[in-house]
Amino acid sequence: MLKDITIGQFFPGESVIHRLDARFKIIFSVLAAAMLFTAQNFMGLGVAAVFIVMCYALSGIKFRMILKSLKPIIPLIIFTGILNLFFIKGEEILLEFWFVTVYVEGAKTSAFMMTRIITLIIGMSLLTYTTSPIMLTDAIESLLSPLKKVRFPVHELAMMMMIALRFIPLLIEETDKIIMAQKARGANLDAKGLVKKAKALIPILIPLFISAFKRANELALAMECRCYRGGEGRTRLKKLQSSVLDYLALGLVLCVFGIVIVNNFVFG
Amino acid sequence: MEIIRTENLHFDYEIYDDKGAVVDKSSALCGVNLTVQKGEFLAILGHNGSGKSTLAKHFNGILTPTNGKVFVNGIDVSDDKNIYEIRQMVGMVFQNPDNQIVAAIVEEDVAFALENLGVPPLEIRERIDEAMKSVDIYKYRKHAPHRLSGGQKQRVAIAGVIAMRPQCIVLDEPTAMLDPKGRKEVMKTIKFLVEKGITIVLITHYMEEAAQAKRVVVMHNGEIIMDGAPKQIFTQVDKLKSVGLDVPQVTELAHELRKNGLNFPANVLNENEFVEELIKLL
Repeated sequence: MLKDITIGQFFPGESVIHRLDARFKIIFSVLAAAMLFTAQNFMGLGVAAVFIVMCYALSGIKFRMILKSLKPIIPLIIFTGILNLFFIKGEEILLEFWFVTVYVEGAKTSAFMMTRIITLIIGMSLLTYTTSPIMLTDAIESLLSPLKKVRFPVHELAMMMMIALRFIPLLIEETDKIIMAQKARGANLDAKGLVKKAKALIPILIPLFISAFKRANELALAMECRCYRGGEGRTRLKKLQSSVLDYLALGLVLCVFGIVIVNNFVFG
Repeated sequence: MEIIRTENLHFDYEIYDDKGAVVDKSSALCGVNLTVQKGEFLAILGHNGSGKSTLAKHFNGILTPTNGKVFVNGIDVSDDKNIYEIRQMVGMVFQNPDNQIVAAIVEEDVAFALENLGVPPLEIRERIDEAMKSVDIYKYRKHAPHRLSGGQKQRVAIAGVIAMRPQCIVLDEPTAMLDPKGRKEVMKTIKFLVEKGITIVLITHYMEEAAQAKRVVVMHNGEIIMDGAPKQIFTQVDKLKSVGLDVPQVTELAHELRKNGLNFPANVLNENEFVEELIKLL
């Protein structure tokens, strides 16, 4: 049951989007987010949304996956929608019954906000769908490398992320085993009530922590045996390499951004 | 030519109380003198707590001796200056394959040691491909380690060590957590490495595996008590039993047959030899 969870789902592929440099893809994602927040009207938002959907079409990711990425944030979307719908007051009344009044402005803002959140999430998901976690870690290390000058432990951070990615599935599997073992010994894990529920977690968390520390100890030993000595003088098997394609894509993204900004001034 | 030599090696573990102060010492090794020859296939046998893993951790400077010396190719291991050179010469594989794989993709993990050594990317690619092919995991190179079987994972760990091109590989109970199939795969890989001329030190408590080595060392309470060819060692059934070790099943059967007055030779180590002797006898 817990095994089905995958962190940062990645779908291998050979599309243009897959082939883009991970560093650029991170920058594009930030730009896309900025774009969505700059857009002041439906037309601007529409341009950005169409652009993101086109990227999906290029990446070959199934439409089903877009819906799947939205699933966990549905409550947030609905909440935002309702809040904006009922609490924004305007002049034109759309409908009125009992004690609620919905204004046209409210309906507009509500729709606008919901579209913004949805496009934001599907845009961000495209990054993890098309970039392998290792590439992503490498890209973060590379993008943060200027911070080394102020003694920020960039390499250590990237190494920690890599190890976390490696051990998350393992620890999830282990949690499953511990739950079963504790159930077999009569632990009541389905207790009702907050305090009881928290107490029921103790027999799961303690063995899990002990095991995680043991693993960490052994892993450190194995890393030492393989000559690990920090980031200095280290080379990488796969080097991140930017190509003409990346710069073309950057140009395109900036163009779309430009359209959104111009649109703001013209129709804003 | 010798590759590893220990001279009067002592090692004490410190025992701490709740506040972290040293209250006692426990000797894990008491004067071990051992020489490993180049290209040798050596098995170290011993009961739990006999000091065999502690000994192995001295071979590449993970532990430094309390007393005595360890030399690898004539270089003193306790000298920090040479530590990475020594770790590259003497690779180490541990019991739990899950806890020694660092990266989330097989080929990335195999490359880990070479990345640490600062090998250029093109050469890394060449060396890891060779290493993965030699342990037969090349077809899984893009897989996530947690999707592989135990035997496959252990072979990934071995490939990660081979990629460093070490002269010697120390394997600390590499099959203890594997199923019979995985155990067979790993033993096959070890034999392949022996044929390639890599020195192998195999720490194990499976007698059948130790019987495949060229030389067996038996440890008890931090000391070497027996040292010789498998046939010399395993024929001393009573002595092995007195230190809590077993002998291969067929050897024990031969021993029992002899005890009961049959004229059965003591030096049988596997089924084929046993069957042959049995036919002769009948």
